[in-house]
Amino acid sequence: MSAPGTTERDVAVVVEHLDGRIAEVSFEMLARGRTLATATGGRLVAVVAGPDARRLAGELGAADAVAVVEHATLAHYTPEAYLHAHRAALERLAPRVTLVASSSMGLDQAAGLAVALDWPLCAYCTDVRVEDGALVAVSQIYGGKLVAEARVDGPRAVCALLPGAGPPPTGGGTGAPAVEEIPAPDLGAARIRFRRLVAPEAGDVDIAREGILVSVGRGIQSQDNLPLVEALAEALGAAVSASRPIVDQGWLPKSRQVGKSGLTVKPRLYLAVGISGAPEHLEGMRGAELIVAINQDPGAPIFDVAHYGVAADLFDVLPALTEKLKARA
Amino acid sequence: MDIVVTVKMIPDLVEELEVNAEGTDLERAGLRLRLNEFDEHALEEALCLKDRHQARVTVVALDTGDVDETLYTCLARGADRALKVTGAFAGGVASRAMAAVLARVLDEVPHDLVLAGVQAADDRDGQVGVLLAAMRGVPHVSVVTGVEVLGDRMVLARQEYAGGLQAELEVDLPAVLGVQAARQAPRYAPVSRVRQLMKTATLDAVPAPAVEAAAGSTVTRLARPAGGARAEMLDGSPEEIADRLVAILDERGLVRR
Repeated sequence: MSAPGTTERDVAVVVEHLDGRIAEVSFEMLARGRTLATATGGRLVAVVAGPDARRLAGELGAADAVAVVEHATLAHYTPEAYLHAHRAALERLAPRVTLVASSSMGLDQAAGLAVALDWPLCAYCTDVRVEDGALVAVSQIYGGKLVAEARVDGPRAVCALLPGAGPPPTGGGTGAPAVEEIPAPDLGAARIRFRRLVAPEAGDVDIAREGILVSVGRGIQSQDNLPLVEALAEALGAAVSASRPIVDQGWLPKSRQVGKSGLTVKPRLYLAVGISGAPEHLEGMRGAELIVAINQDPGAPIFDVAHYGVAADLFDVLPALTEKLKARA
Repeated sequence: MDIVVTVKMIPDLVEELEVNAEGTDLERAGLRLRLNEFDEHALEEALCLKDRHQARVTVVALDTGDVDETLYTCLARGADRALKVTGAFAGGVASRAMAAVLARVLDEVPHDLVLAGVQAADDRDGQVGVLLAAMRGVPHVSVVTGVEVLGDRMVLARQEYAGGLQAELEVDLPAVLGVQAARQAPRYAPVSRVRQLMKTATLDAVPAPAVEAAAGSTVTRLARPAGGARAEMLDGSPEEIADRLVAILDERGLVRR
């Protein structure tokens, strides 16, 4: 352990893992943490809780140190037990900044930790930096339409970072970080118990393997308008995918969903129709080779990642495009 | 079973969002608010549980403006009670402060299960459900896509991870769950039914208790994202646009011939 008072410049990253493997998003957080630790002049410390956290520490060569919390109760992820474990580690480490990914697990952990430790929390961060000794967090809010730059008070803070907002991760790194063992807290009688993992139902189409996707969002307005999208997909030889609201409405199956709680896709062409481009959606498709977006709102965030944009009524543009493509075939 | 659904009004993202003269907040005059769509899913999941288990559903909202009609709509959809927490909230309220108020309000509202939308477009300082659970010291699960009752004091929550993978978690009550999506699309309440309830039903109101909960950070600048590599925008008639698009796709071998 570090002596008290020497950790005030450290940057901690809460590491996620599933099925014994470190989540890719955590390597991304470590890369972001490295930049920040360089600015604060502190160490980059990975925090790992789990039944075999020490083994996982071996994959975290990107960090200067790894704080591990091991306990049999941590055999499977539950928000409660992991929160207790992370909290115990962060109380001991007392870092300047704690970075958490804005993922399902990160949503549980970031706000839970901030309240438990009484530290400020900034969510949906695209950037966290130090200016004149003060922490500045940039958050993407209102569906990505606006960014809020905030000065963070106090000596500690939790920042939940949006995945995909920084440079791609470079992997685990080759360093040999010191492993610091944190005694597991009393995990007591768990009020949340893991039962099982359920794999998603396989769909009729695997959108992650399709070369061309026509992806439909809220702008389509009604299920009755989906044939317009299907006709365009047909003309392009494409599969139809969708943003979350379309799937939540039950208009298309879950297997067609692109984004944070859906699939990550990297097709040769991603044609986004009536999709505004919330951060959760962009996370799943920004790696596409060519992105074309059609959306009524010229200020829609989708145009920040698209290569070509059309700010017009999709009900005018889609039929015209479908006709032209059919004429070519 | 008593289910409380916390709901909040957020700016309608379909509208143009204006930043105030100071450049630190939305221009709130004339701002159109709507119910956070994740909260609609939280309500729907609560109503599905009510349909099966005779639960009593109470909807709670802070009076951030424009909230009455929304609460009547919640009643029209099937909620049993609507509670409005009054206070100086018209200028917007940070998530941590909202959660602190709700945490105190829940002292007086019977609840076994609290459902909240997993997130909202304006929760810069955290998500209300998780914050609320942490403040009340009860279990919480985020990104829930289905809830089943397992007995008097226990529910099964499905937590969703990337790629659609789900974990089934048994959660002891009382608990707060952050709902990503209900098991079915939110039900529709006919406008006539909402109008009727606006005449016949009453919204309960309680003044907000005084709480201390700073967000711990101060917005110094609110702005549109810096236009980095913006898309090349195509203009013209639908036909002209379609021609350009076909040419662009053709160039890359993406058009079938």
